Amino acid sequence: MASFHGNKINPSRFGIGQVKFFVFLIPLGIVMILPIVFMFSQALKPLDELFLFPPTFLVRQPTIENLVSLLSLKDMSVIPVTKYLFNSVVVSVSVVALALLTSAMTGYALSKKKFKLRKTLFEINTIALMFVPAAVTIPRYLIVEKLGLINTYWGHVLPLLALPVGVFLVKQFVDQIPNELIEAAAIDGARDTAVFLRIVMPLIKPAMATVAILAFQTVWNNAETSSLYMSKETLKTFAFYMTTLSTTIGNNVAGQGVAAAAALVMFVPNLIIFIFMQSKVMDTMAHSGLK
Amino acid sequence: MNETTLGKKGLRAARSPVPPDADAAPVPQKRIKRALKEELSAYAFLAPYLILFSLFIVVPVCAAIGLSFTYFNTVERPRFIGLENYVNLLTQDSEFMMYVLPNTIKFALLVGPGGYILSFWLAWLLAQIPRRSRTVLALALYSPSMTAAVAMAVIWLTLFSGDSAGYLNALLLKIGLIDAPIQWTQSPHYLMPIMIVVTLWNSMGVGFLAMMAGILNINKEMYEAGYMDGIKNRLQEVWYITIPSMKPQMLFGAVMAVVGTFQAGEIGVQLSGTNPTPQYSGQLLINHIADYGFIRYDMGYASAISVVLLLVIYGFSKVAWRLFGDKD
Repeated sequence: MASFHGNKINPSRFGIGQVKFFVFLIPLGIVMILPIVFMFSQALKPLDELFLFPPTFLVRQPTIENLVSLLSLKDMSVIPVTKYLFNSVVVSVSVVALALLTSAMTGYALSKKKFKLRKTLFEINTIALMFVPAAVTIPRYLIVEKLGLINTYWGHVLPLLALPVGVFLVKQFVDQIPNELIEAAAIDGARDTAVFLRIVMPLIKPAMATVAILAFQTVWNNAETSSLYMSKETLKTFAFYMTTLSTTIGNNVAGQGVAAAAALVMFVPNLIIFIFMQSKVMDTMAHSGLK
Repeated sequence: MNETTLGKKGLRAARSPVPPDADAAPVPQKRIKRALKEELSAYAFLAPYLILFSLFIVVPVCAAIGLSFTYFNTVERPRFIGLENYVNLLTQDSEFMMYVLPNTIKFALLVGPGGYILSFWLAWLLAQIPRRSRTVLALALYSPSMTAAVAMAVIWLTLFSGDSAGYLNALLLKIGLIDAPIQWTQSPHYLMPIMIVVTLWNSMGVGFLAMMAGILNINKEMYEAGYMDGIKNRLQEVWYITIPSMKPQMLFGAVMAVVGTFQAGEIGVQLSGTNPTPQYSGQLLINHIADYGFIRYDMGYASAISVVLLLVIYGFSKVAWRLFGDKD
């Protein structure tokens, strides 16, 4: 009989047998973060190091010069960079808050409410997981225009709230809550909204954390709503400003440092949020299966 | 207590248009009412999402299908032309046949299954090590997928800069692999490989996390039973136990991989700075849509390409469903 070595998956301690896994994982992990290390390094380089020939990968004397000059920069139409950042923050906070609310409500209804179209609607949402927004840029633009959302903050927010992955993950997570818990509350006389707010919401916090991360990544990194739906410069977001950098200041060596600093500003919020919420994400992902 | 109930009943009977003898069967009526109430409350919860979902996903997809049968240049009203756009796509559009389609197939085959297998393999490796080191390494592998394409473009452009001061050129010159700097992102020869590497680099996303969670949650007794039944090595273990026990996560990961692959097309335009990309070397379906839609303003034709793209994604996902879905 073949030997079973027991509990190899998810071991609690380091063992000598794990060396072979680390041999692959550590070099690959390093390769994967090299471009990110380069981004940090480039953003922290003083001007003279950017001009060094041959160029050096890592920064020698880090400085926040680039970040400071990025934040005091004005673009061609004299709009300060901080205005783009402000727009990004407003839009991202709105999208995350509203996406949490809508996907929680939808996930709850799809999981626990008994209504005729329940199965159909969930299946449609599952098919929509395959949806690629870029494929329907044109009709989406026409709809945003018809709704009068051009040049309004809502133009940034509303299109991104249709987030099928969020609804899908929340629904799968709510499925784990026993029906008895909700029925018991209903018998005690709790109203629908009370059941949702006091019982369901606290139990699905991990799923909420995951939706928050996904929604934040989508909106913070999104430049399309600015380039397509906003013609007023003062309404565009930092992600859009980033796209202009690669064609203007990114093209000369002196601008590379500032452009890297901007890339850093794009990346760091994502990283921080993920680090804080990663254990909750793994909880949610355990229920992410498609059947 | 009894009186109030009666009172209410009387009131209802008085108001309702149903004849009073309907009261003879109060139970089904009550049940219907409760079911109706449940339906209504369900839609109260669903309404905001349903509206947004319809407006920004369902209607655009239907509109794209509709527009794909028209000639529409955004100035005049769309004119119905039947299947002409589709016929042209298959017979007239030489760029599509010569570059876009082969590029898309090449890119999709390498990035899709490549990224998917890589995600699964890395997730599996990560599941074999203790929690703390797993978290650190998973973060390193997942970070690339958090970067924004627009932000990374400036980093790639610096790394792949075409003169001898470019980082990759300088490195290769120094170790003597090349003797003249290469115009990486402008060269039809190198653009596609760079696009593939960059996309693979950030393909450890949500699907990767889902598969890792899936592997970690497999009941350990399954393995024990498997070894009793004669599994001899870890490869067999992966094939006969791990993958079958986490099919739902495998499927979720596969769907995410398909979508990610076809969505990643922007990278070629960002790297080369032009659409069409140099000699169409990095032109993918998604760039072809933008080319016709926003550069040539032939929205009807662009919509036809969109429909084809959505069908291709759907088709590939269906294959994944065949492989991992429940067979019922």
